Amino acid sequence: MKIRDNKAWFFVLPALLVMGINAFVPFITVINYSVLDIFRGLPAIWVGLENYQVVLGDNLFRGAVVRQVQFSFLILLIQIPLGVAIALALPKKGWTATASLVALGFPLLIPYNIVGIIWRVFTRADLGLVPLIFNFFGYEYNLAQNSVDAYWTVVAMDVWHWTSLVVLLAYAGLNAIPDAYYQAAEIDGASPWRTFLYVTLPRLRSVLTIAVLLRFMDSFRIYTEVFLLTGGGPGTSTTFLSDVLVRKAVISFDIGYSAAMSLIYFYFILIISYIFFLVLTSIGTGDSNQPPSG
Amino acid sequence: MTRKRSIWVTLALIAYFVFLALPLLWMLSMSFKTNTEILTTRSLIPQTFTFDNYMEILTTPEWRNSFLVSLTYVGINMIITLVVSLPAAYAFSRYSFLGDNHLFFWLLTNRMAPGAVFLLPYFQLYSAINLFDTPYAVALAHTLFSIPLAIWILEGFMSGIPKAIDETAYVDGYSFFAFFRKIFMPLIGPGIGVAAFFSFLFSWVELLMARTLTGTVAKPISVTLSRSLGAEGWDWGVIAAAGVLMIIPGAILIYFVRNYLAKGFALGRV
Repeated sequence: MKIRDNKAWFFVLPALLVMGINAFVPFITVINYSVLDIFRGLPAIWVGLENYQVVLGDNLFRGAVVRQVQFSFLILLIQIPLGVAIALALPKKGWTATASLVALGFPLLIPYNIVGIIWRVFTRADLGLVPLIFNFFGYEYNLAQNSVDAYWTVVAMDVWHWTSLVVLLAYAGLNAIPDAYYQAAEIDGASPWRTFLYVTLPRLRSVLTIAVLLRFMDSFRIYTEVFLLTGGGPGTSTTFLSDVLVRKAVISFDIGYSAAMSLIYFYFILIISYIFFLVLTSIGTGDSNQPPSG
Repeated sequence: MTRKRSIWVTLALIAYFVFLALPLLWMLSMSFKTNTEILTTRSLIPQTFTFDNYMEILTTPEWRNSFLVSLTYVGINMIITLVVSLPAAYAFSRYSFLGDNHLFFWLLTNRMAPGAVFLLPYFQLYSAINLFDTPYAVALAHTLFSIPLAIWILEGFMSGIPKAIDETAYVDGYSFFAFFRKIFMPLIGPGIGVAAFFSFLFSWVELLMARTLTGTVAKPISVTLSRSLGAEGWDWGVIAAAGVLMIIPGAILIYFVRNYLAKGFALGRV
């Protein structure tokens, strides 16, 4: 049992001080922007919640929200099960384990803009490998004109880019499960599937919580790679929330409006993440911290 | 865990690694091609094999300086992150205190702020404290992502160490700091390695803040790279070569923490 002691705050204080500078000042500044009407060279005017009303009524924003939510949930539905499956299938020791772990890290280590550019060449109708493969199977793949192709290419790029993160976390989580659990399940005659469901999965809950939260937050803010791969098109098929935000903030230089959008965007991520956090930390907590009996 | 691996599992795994490898091989191949070849032919094996792209990066002072700047802020970020995260993670793993659960979640909310608009106040903030255009500015800004993750990971490793170890050390007359340094830190060594890796990773690939907080002196790789995306069209070969080179430091780091990953950790608190 943990000791109840509020003096533990002193241990947390250094971290809070460093983060506080970064977290509070910009956040409050953005709140300030969001209630003002700002144009270059003119004094800012207080407009209250008007910016928020305009954002919520904007069709481009609403469309992007729907597209973004669909995208992020799709990413989670693919990457989390795939990541766990790969982690289960990976070799446990020897040079193959080392090589796989290092190779899995490669996509994570490439900056986002290079990822976007490489995928752009990789999928370009006249230069890339992907169109060649699809043409071989008789499908006319065209990223620049077909919005379905563009959308699924973005999904494939993100799976390629980030599934490794889920694998590394799940792999570390799997290796922390004591062998005794599996021996007990074997003695009880549990099938592999039931062993996975009742032994493995509950013990992975913590690492999967962090994997789900990280992947959700980051996919919800995806920008650079998509911008370089498709530029948000064709049409608005791959225009995600950050893209709309950047257009408003950088291109139209509408700071008040884009600050309001940023905050709505932020609270959206916050609320969904908090729901994930609550659900994932409450399910299956029954006996996951008890040593195996028998 | 000893299970028979079916041939299908192995085949599926190989299929995934092929999917993983293809874009990487495409990048590797691009890095050895001339721009003309990249834009006119489609082949994995370069026809006119060239080292020019690598030479441009390795010999220009600007590129070398950028690699140095990026490594510097990533390094500073790792040090700050570990120094403040270790005690915080210890508090979360050993004590319950007022607001601990909310604080634990709040830490992670700092990852959620969308870039574009938040960058402007960061620029103002770091200009105001005279850190603009230094590696310190980027390192400090990146702690926003790295500290929460490090605390979550370290807390998991620490919760795996029985509390009896702390108590025994105190009975043996260790002071808190002596115990933490001589007994506790070696025990959670793997956790420190893994936390350092994740701090490295997210700081190394982050572009927007690094670009916003630096000017002409401390140019990170991403800024030097955007020159290759300049007016005369993209310098595809150099971009690919930069991608290949940027994998190397992180790959070395994974090689060193691989055993810790294989040893396993199961975050404790959540």
